[in-house]
Amino acid sequence: MLIGLFDGLFNGISIGAVLLIAALGLAIVFGLMGVINLAHGELMMLGAYTTFVVQNAFRQFGEPFFEIYIFFALIAAFFVTAGVGLILERGVIRYLYGRPLETLLATWGVSLILQQFVRSVNWVLVIGLAVFCVLFFGGLWILNHRQNRAFHKWAIAALLPLSLGIAIAVGRFLADTYQLAVTRPWFGAQNVDVSAPTWLRGGLPLGNFQLPYARLFIIALTIVCVAGLYYFLQRSPWGLRIRAVTQNRSMSSCLGIPTQKVDALTFALGSGLAGVAGCAISYLGSVGPNTGQNYIVDTFMVVVVGGVGKLVGTIVAALAIGTVNYLVGSGTLAILFTPIQPLADFFTFFATTSMAKVMVFALIIAFLQVRPGGIFPQKGRTVDA
Amino acid sequence: MIKKFNRRKFLVYGSATFGTSLLLKACANDETTTTTSATNASSPTATGASGGGDTIRVGILHSLSGTMAISEQSVVDAEQLAIEEINNAGGVLGKRIEAIVEDGASNWDTFREKATKLIDQDRVVAVFGCWTSASRKNVLPVFEQKDHMLWYPVQYEGQECSRNIFYTGAAPNQQIEPSVDWLLQNKGTDFFLVGSDYVFPRTANTIIKAQVAEKGGRVLGEDYLPLGNTEVTPIITKIRQALPNGGVIYNTLNGDSNVAFFKQLQGAGLTPDRYPSMSVSIAEEEVRAIGADYLEGHYAAWNYFQTVETPENQRFVQAFRQKYGQDRVTNDPMEAAYIAVYLWKQAVEKAGTAEDLAKVRAAAYGQTLNAPEGTVTMQPNHHISKVVRIGQVRNDGMFEIVNSTDSAVEPIPWNQFVKETKGYACDWSDPNKGGRFKAA
Amino acid sequence: MDAVSRIGARGKRQAFWIEAAIVGAIALFLIIVMPVVLSNFRLNLLGRFLSLAIVALGIDLIWGYTGLLSLGHGIFFALGGYAISMHIKLEDADGGLPDFMSLYGGTELPWFWEPFYSFPFATFAVVTIPALLAGVLGYLVFRNRIKGVYFSILTQAATIVFFNFFNGQQKLFNGTNGLTNFQTLLGASVNTQSTQFVFYSLTIILLVGAYALCRWLTSGRFGRLLMAIRDDESRVRFSGYNPTEFKVLVFAVSGALAGIAGAMYTLQSGSVSPRLMDVAFSIEMVIWVAIGGRGTLVGAILGALLVNYARSFLSEQFAEIWLFFQGALFLIVVTVLPDGIVGWLKSQGIQSLRGRKQAFTYPSLEEDPEIQQERQELETKSSE
Repeated sequence: MLIGLFDGLFNGISIGAVLLIAALGLAIVFGLMGVINLAHGELMMLGAYTTFVVQNAFRQFGEPFFEIYIFFALIAAFFVTAGVGLILERGVIRYLYGRPLETLLATWGVSLILQQFVRSVNWVLVIGLAVFCVLFFGGLWILNHRQNRAFHKWAIAALLPLSLGIAIAVGRFLADTYQLAVTRPWFGAQNVDVSAPTWLRGGLPLGNFQLPYARLFIIALTIVCVAGLYYFLQRSPWGLRIRAVTQNRSMSSCLGIPTQKVDALTFALGSGLAGVAGCAISYLGSVGPNTGQNYIVDTFMVVVVGGVGKLVGTIVAALAIGTVNYLVGSGTLAILFTPIQPLADFFTFFATTSMAKVMVFALIIAFLQVRPGGIFPQKGRTVDA
Repeated sequence: MIKKFNRRKFLVYGSATFGTSLLLKACANDETTTTTSATNASSPTATGASGGGDTIRVGILHSLSGTMAISEQSVVDAEQLAIEEINNAGGVLGKRIEAIVEDGASNWDTFREKATKLIDQDRVVAVFGCWTSASRKNVLPVFEQKDHMLWYPVQYEGQECSRNIFYTGAAPNQQIEPSVDWLLQNKGTDFFLVGSDYVFPRTANTIIKAQVAEKGGRVLGEDYLPLGNTEVTPIITKIRQALPNGGVIYNTLNGDSNVAFFKQLQGAGLTPDRYPSMSVSIAEEEVRAIGADYLEGHYAAWNYFQTVETPENQRFVQAFRQKYGQDRVTNDPMEAAYIAVYLWKQAVEKAGTAEDLAKVRAAAYGQTLNAPEGTVTMQPNHHISKVVRIGQVRNDGMFEIVNSTDSAVEPIPWNQFVKETKGYACDWSDPNKGGRFKAA
Repeated sequence: MDAVSRIGARGKRQAFWIEAAIVGAIALFLIIVMPVVLSNFRLNLLGRFLSLAIVALGIDLIWGYTGLLSLGHGIFFALGGYAISMHIKLEDADGGLPDFMSLYGGTELPWFWEPFYSFPFATFAVVTIPALLAGVLGYLVFRNRIKGVYFSILTQAATIVFFNFFNGQQKLFNGTNGLTNFQTLLGASVNTQSTQFVFYSLTIILLVGAYALCRWLTSGRFGRLLMAIRDDESRVRFSGYNPTEFKVLVFAVSGALAGIAGAMYTLQSGSVSPRLMDVAFSIEMVIWVAIGGRGTLVGAILGALLVNYARSFLSEQFAEIWLFFQGALFLIVVTVLPDGIVGWLKSQGIQSLRGRKQAFTYPSLEEDPEIQQERQELETKSSE
């Protein structure tokens, strides 16, 4: 019984930890900025792909280095996704502040593009894209620095198809001359394999069952991330600014806080955390174009249940949802209620993984009836967002 | 005021005349509509002189986007390789094959729409396509109504035998049943069934349960994961509870869940020496995506492995790598898709026509081919007889073939372990028997 | 004063008749001319897209007018489809079990299938089941003043739940495969050209009906209230209304429209499966409305047709580009074309065509049909 309880607790926490690390970045972006980022899952996916690339690079160095690639992968994943997040924020999202529903649609569009991007990315696409960016944005830059504004609009209108055409022509030319060498997709539509270093495989035997190292690692990583985030927000000057902007944007702006920089930084931070999460989940699940889609709804549920703007809420919600999911899905509850026949039957019906999800959702709806604002609702008059 | 009145008048008269003209036009055209639709409905292929001239059009219908693109893309590659080879060797009946590739987008509705388009719009003479059972079930009515022809290259759950589909993958008795027998003899009698939450695993598990019970084994639990779910901790707990001292895991998971399952299985210490698993959806490509480190020692049942030693296979693997890159691997559904094209070509050549589908169908029965997997024969029940093999994953990601049947196994589409279909068989060469008749 | 109001009323009536005539003419055109011009395959495609336009209207009603972004309309859409297909499957089975049940070891008909033997009940269910579900879900959510993005996320989660549920119930709903292979409805073979033409015409009639309903709902006092909820819900509450009731009602209506659309879609596509409850499909519905122009009913219909034709065309030509294109659509519509095509035409295109420019103080005011109406009335008055 005791070992069963421990087992349940550990597994609940380990599922919760995965949810938490995936939801952490979302909680920042959504909680602090009010931005719904449906591309969060795809940022995780990018993190996982970064891990894949780093792993392959380290494989060439041979045995002792391969064992520690994971730490480099974590760092690389953080910076790559943070960079993508930064581009996303500067390019799209900053025009949409205060319009959450529009952000939702835009980020969904971004997620579709990212998915297809990893499927079909190859040298032709990358080079074509680079050529286009150089021509178009370079042209824009020159135009903007000219004094004569007479043909400004027409110049832009001509620039777009022109640079697009040149980019496509270059791509075509490359594809025709170098054939497979440049047209072969880097990753393709298939899943790619990310293998954990040997010390992360297997588990710590503990009586009848064993604690998987990968899970322990993720739990540790989650704790580190939460602690680091807490420290950053509460103790660092930029954290202070982020909190200030969260509480009152216009007042912070008046006091000289560069709100735009703060926004960009916050979004990049959230995206970077998504990358770390992507690196972590690549040791549990698959790495493929659809990886992100598997997590996005679950993580949003965590944030909604936790309440916006409070990290504590997110933590509690992730652990609670993880534990409930495990207890229902594994049939532990059904066994627990064996003496009471109808209850046991009821829980047995839900004791498959897919039905457990149904149950968890019903519970979340029920919970929101009692506490519409989540576990730790935001207080104050600005709730009416 | 006057101006306004005129405008209203104009509008009234205008719309009235417009309406009557429409009606008149409709009456005049009504007959033509019915006639065209009548010809369309009665014989889509007779009018469908496909491609005309010196090409024969065939359709390729797989998911190139969405969740299933992972698996189906490489099947398309194999089909196109076969078509290219045939064209280089002079084509069919002296005509080039022109393949029209459509994307089913992992969406059953789209599959249906594209199947209709291929048949009605592009006038293809045969379609090679589908992977999931759901997509096949969704296009099946289209092919039956239009009396057309689909070549389906993937192992599936059986319980179906359509006149308009040729199944070049394994029927359950050519994959699942022999593998269960082998497990019962060599690996133990206690089973746990894991599957994705859709029709193939559920039907397969129904069959396995019946079979295991009949042969004296025990199925101690089963669970299903939603497609794409990667949280398998609850299932691992259940396995440990059901089989505390080891036992056989029969795995019909599909796609992403497999990766999660094997990674976490290893983490939880359920190793293949105590918990050997038999998979029916894991082939060379999947091994590569999961990582051989996690799979080494587990088993899979197929008709074809890349390691099969036949001269045809060496040629196939080499041709495939030459076209698509040296690091690509071949697997069972790809091989089945590849031979589907060749079997169709043989049937067309025997029939002497590609357009008359009834003749092509009749000519297909009894066609044999020296396929990479060994000699296969198209049976009158639209399935092919093939050798069954069981492979164990090696550390290089290839399979060590540990068992294979001596000769090709005859396909049985209607399952004989399930009581609803026990005693039924299928024979399309005899008009009195058809898709489902009670065998004597 | 009296004369002015009379003229205003007459102008309104006149506008009404003109609009009715145009709608009728388009409907007749679609029913009579299109079958002649298009091949059967294309006609079937058009019929399905038109039924998708019905659900787009429903989404426009709640999103464009009331400001509730539902990402779960796939549920209602699919439920409508399931309701009608269950009837067809029972009719096909001819007193026995539907084919899939006997194959997967079902021995007796589940109780909730029983009422679907009756066609009137099935058609009734097409409307009421989605409406009821939407009502209940809406009540539970709106009661607690959960709104905005929270509502969207909850509806999105709901799609996953329903997807899992329908997907997992092999014996009850044939799981992933869904219900396919329809034979007869009311004794008529479903797959013949003539029956399909009836479905096609019925879709158009229902679309016209849905349009009329939405037009009526949005033009009167009720519509103004919906827009008030969209623009400032708290203020509506302070003026003594209870927005919850209105939101629940309009969400239920929207669900019912989705159910009807789903049924017509299913009849013409020939199958219904849990795929219709896919998260992506529900979000796609939103983009139809966004592209066409939210807050304009014509825009919703146009958007549904345009995007679906674009998809059908693009995925026929270059399968890989479709996702890029779709993603780009989302981005364009929120950044460059926030009012959609129709909204843009209204605010920019027509003005620039006329060659005069108006100074906008409040862009959102300009697209308001009420204000357009008022301006028109002012113009007719000044021309006299």
